[in-house]
Amino acid sequence: MSALDFASSQINHSLTAEKKIELYSLMVRIRRFEQVALANYQKPGRMGGFLHLYIGQESVAVGTLSLRGENDHNITAYRCHAHALASGMNMNECMAELYGKATGCSKGKGGSMHFFAPDKNYWGGHGIVAGQTPLGLGLAYGVKYLGKEGCCLCFLGDGAVNQGAFHESLNIASLFGIPVIYVIENNGYSMGTSQKRSSAYTGCLAQRAEAYDIEWDVIDGSDIYEVRAKTHIAMERARKQHKPTVLEIETYRYYGHSVADANAQKYRTPEEIENYKKNHDPLAVFRRRLTEEGILNDALADEIGKAANAEAAEAVKFAEDSPPPSIADIATDVYWETDNNTEASKIGHHFFA
Amino acid sequence: MRTLTYREALREGLDEELARDSNVVIMGEEVAQYNGAYKVTQGLWEKWGDKRIVDTPISEAGFIGMGIGASMLGVRPVMELMFWSFHSVAFDQLVNNAACVRYMSGGLCNCPIVVRGPANGGTNVGATHSHIPEGLFAAFPGLKVCSPATPADAKGLIKAAIRDNDPVYFMENTLLYGMTGEVPDPAEGDFVIPLGKAEVKREGTDISLIAHGRSVIHCLEAAETLQNDHGISAEVLDLRSIRPLDVDAILATVAKTHRVVLVDESKPFGGVSAMVSHLIQEHAFDELDGPIKRVCTIDAPAIYSPHVENDQLPNPKRIVEKVLSMI
Repeated sequence: MSALDFASSQINHSLTAEKKIELYSLMVRIRRFEQVALANYQKPGRMGGFLHLYIGQESVAVGTLSLRGENDHNITAYRCHAHALASGMNMNECMAELYGKATGCSKGKGGSMHFFAPDKNYWGGHGIVAGQTPLGLGLAYGVKYLGKEGCCLCFLGDGAVNQGAFHESLNIASLFGIPVIYVIENNGYSMGTSQKRSSAYTGCLAQRAEAYDIEWDVIDGSDIYEVRAKTHIAMERARKQHKPTVLEIETYRYYGHSVADANAQKYRTPEEIENYKKNHDPLAVFRRRLTEEGILNDALADEIGKAANAEAAEAVKFAEDSPPPSIADIATDVYWETDNNTEASKIGHHFFA
Repeated sequence: MRTLTYREALREGLDEELARDSNVVIMGEEVAQYNGAYKVTQGLWEKWGDKRIVDTPISEAGFIGMGIGASMLGVRPVMELMFWSFHSVAFDQLVNNAACVRYMSGGLCNCPIVVRGPANGGTNVGATHSHIPEGLFAAFPGLKVCSPATPADAKGLIKAAIRDNDPVYFMENTLLYGMTGEVPDPAEGDFVIPLGKAEVKREGTDISLIAHGRSVIHCLEAAETLQNDHGISAEVLDLRSIRPLDVDAILATVAKTHRVVLVDESKPFGGVSAMVSHLIQEHAFDELDGPIKRVCTIDAPAIYSPHVENDQLPNPKRIVEKVLSMI
């Protein structure tokens, strides 16, 4: 546990027992969703492409996104399943997207890295490292431009901090006073390269924010109370003062960079992975904490686990029973104007053979 | 009818759209306090203020990506690239985000942005500042591209581009900014030219010159020479919009004259004229009395030397020579 007890901070103190169980359940649901997705990915012919698993990092998406208000938006990179579920998307639409089905959240056109739900203020799911960081800046710019009190949480990995687009975004965020919070989910590895072998820094990665006159903080990701307490401060700074923040949340992924990462067990020692699972796993840490608080017991935890398993199994069934996109579907969702059959769409050829 | 320069016509179009829709915001390097690197946005900051006319740092990936993100929330950014050549430092944003986000989200997002600026050679600024990427960006489904040749088209098309709900990449030309031409008075009504509509700029019967951007002006001059000195009647078709493309107008002029020269400031490999050539051979093969010929920029990076750069580009002399070699 952290030296400071963040459970007593105002934003956590105000949590009801019911809400705490909800947070725990969401973390369990995200983990079960991905475990079931992985099991089915490994069966031939069900899914294609990548599958970047979030397992081990659940407290980050759940903790930060539990603070969302009506005018708060979020966007992330390709490890996007948790942010989707934590934004309120259901397992069916997410699993069906992994299966490449027409009932998927992106109609089978995006895949694992491209889940979207703009109606829930969730703007994806982006495949290019740090490519989403200017978009997050723009969403926050939009919030401010439209006169709303809100912000954008823009997630990125520790491997993204060396991309130019991120630095350009930090500069503009500070210069223009943009209500964006960059959340570096630091799982220690940019694919197979450790932080020490990929980034030059003093202290920590978030400290680079000082060069742009931006506030920053470091968070122990295994403690969801700490995640919430510190992220809340950053979000309030954004909403009330139009000031950006860089947060670095220390976390860990149990699996490889993606399922295509053949060396996942080679660049990290088994002891390192075991230590995290035993001592820092965000689900285990929160379960212990809630048990101590007298909110959670084994029977309830069991029930939550079973419900999540059943929901994931149901999502698999939904995905498997769903139709794939048709050949004709390939050429829709390219242009807004042609999709909406507007007058403009009838002038000239938009598509070519 | 009154006349305006190309830059004044663009400015009038921008100004009218700023007035029409409070979500239209102009962003770019030097667009506000400096009044625009080419004075296209002159006076707009003074009139509309900091919120609507935004100076950005020299940070193309940052501010274009920001505009794309804001557009997903309903802001309608019109972003100036000081040179379209600078697309390369924002390519991920221009292609992966603007062109693909609608598709990857299954149609849940759209990006009503305009990115505009000059895309041309001929100003002795060397290869890095002389790229002509109409064909490059038109090759990405999800994007729209247009390239006006006259002040009236510049105004009408920029207004259509701003109103369009998809990303429109608007390619201007530094050598046209000072050119004057007739532009309808705003008192006569809202002047908008839809994307995807070509225009016959000169009627002719013997050969079709098909072009876009400044090449249209060269074609008109060449057509005049061909008529006066050689008795050849050349029709000039201005594509205006590259994607959507007015294929019907292309096929109609081919069916009329049966001979074609495509004039394109791009390099010969790929590009707009390569696509137009393909469309003609596929859909109007039997109309052709001879092979389709092209006048493109000579196939090398843009040369600096003021002594020869003009000869690297399409120009009236090269067009006339090409036509005479065919007839």
